[in-house]
Amino acid sequence: MNDAHERAEKAGTTVGHGFLGALSPGHRERLLSFSRETSFPAGTRIFDEDGPADRFWILRCGHVALDVHDPGRGAVVVETLGEGELLGWSWLFEPHRWHLGATTRDLVEAYEFDARQMRAAITEDPAFGLAVTQCVASVAIGRRLRACRIRLLDLYGPPGTGAATHGGDAS
Amino acid sequence: MIAPEVQVCPAGVPLPYRVVGHAIEAPDVATIALEPVGTALPPFAPGQFAMVYAFGVGDIPVSVCGIEGRRLTHTIRTVGAISGALHQVRTDEMVGVRGPFGTGWELPAATGQDVLVVAGGIGMAPLRPVVLAALAAPERYRRLNVLIGARTPRDLLYTQETANWQAAGAQVLVTVDRPDAEWTGDVGVVTTLLERAAFDPHETAAFVCGPEVMIRATARDLVHRGLAPDRIRVSLERTMHCGTGHCGHCQLGPLLLCRDGPVVDWFRAQPLLGVREL
Repeated sequence: MNDAHERAEKAGTTVGHGFLGALSPGHRERLLSFSRETSFPAGTRIFDEDGPADRFWILRCGHVALDVHDPGRGAVVVETLGEGELLGWSWLFEPHRWHLGATTRDLVEAYEFDARQMRAAITEDPAFGLAVTQCVASVAIGRRLRACRIRLLDLYGPPGTGAATHGGDAS
Repeated sequence: MIAPEVQVCPAGVPLPYRVVGHAIEAPDVATIALEPVGTALPPFAPGQFAMVYAFGVGDIPVSVCGIEGRRLTHTIRTVGAISGALHQVRTDEMVGVRGPFGTGWELPAATGQDVLVVAGGIGMAPLRPVVLAALAAPERYRRLNVLIGARTPRDLLYTQETANWQAAGAQVLVTVDRPDAEWTGDVGVVTTLLERAAFDPHETAAFVCGPEVMIRATARDLVHRGLAPDRIRVSLERTMHCGTGHCGHCQLGPLLLCRDGPVVDWFRAQPLLGVREL
């Protein structure tokens, strides 16, 4: 059994419906053939906003906080990622620079990918490239965009009208 | 045979209940424990609600978040005059209670399956009995996932208790929309936690409660992951008044939610919630 196949099997059992789970077994194995296993201690700064997006990761365990630097407030955490999730998609699109910063919250183990190598593989193999791009767009960007829009609604704020069986009223 | 202290009484007449416990959960949220002064209401099932009456002010529908014998527990968020009055009641004061009303979560139907609880904001309150019942019968259910979302860390309910749930075997994942400087947990809406929950979509019963937009987003995501719509039970809100299906204030298409809800399955709810302003 080769390394990529072994990783694909391991990933398939531990990340049932994460980023890797959205790929077909063949594409998953091919993607993982470009990966290497890595880990980061808690508190590691993985990348900074506007830095070169030359790598990306799929988290196997642990949590990463994504932040934006706000003068006077420091790094404001806007989202966290956990097991099975893709860390970084700016590597796929010009200008290949990070939009956010990333810091580990605890010990993180991940599959790490070289962005330049992955972009070349995507160009060389259109079927594989389409699968990876669709996965990034759907699982990472699409879901996060929908989640972000829901947060914009401030759903848990004081409701406007209607009695609430869950424990409130609007009288 | 009905025990003498559990007599059935007319649903339209509030019975006097004494406040025997009061705890502040969050700046605008309190939990009150109530015991009947005399005759008790019939037993409540998880998911059902009571009309709780602040004397001289009015009554509101509130789901039960705890059922222990004759004692009922409600978590109430201050939104208006009535909930504000109930938020301020103190031990030994009296309130009126009618009920039980509506449908329950029907947790036993999840026997042999993974149990997935998804709660947003005050929606954790009606789901608390589901979690407690699942933890009390671990041999009956497979994995128990509890996903909790709140606006800020200060708005999280039952924080000590949720830590105990984790220790008792549940996978508890918590996220907030707006972290403060001390928060070291997850940040994002509760639907993002579905990515990390360990459940088999084809062998799972889901229980979802929170703002309607959050319910829709969660249910859509679960269906996309392979859950059958009739395996997703959601608790819906509409203006409830009589609690007995007579006044029509809580109508949602063919449903009167005080009678046919508040808990319905997604197969039934989805087409109704897709109609604007229904």
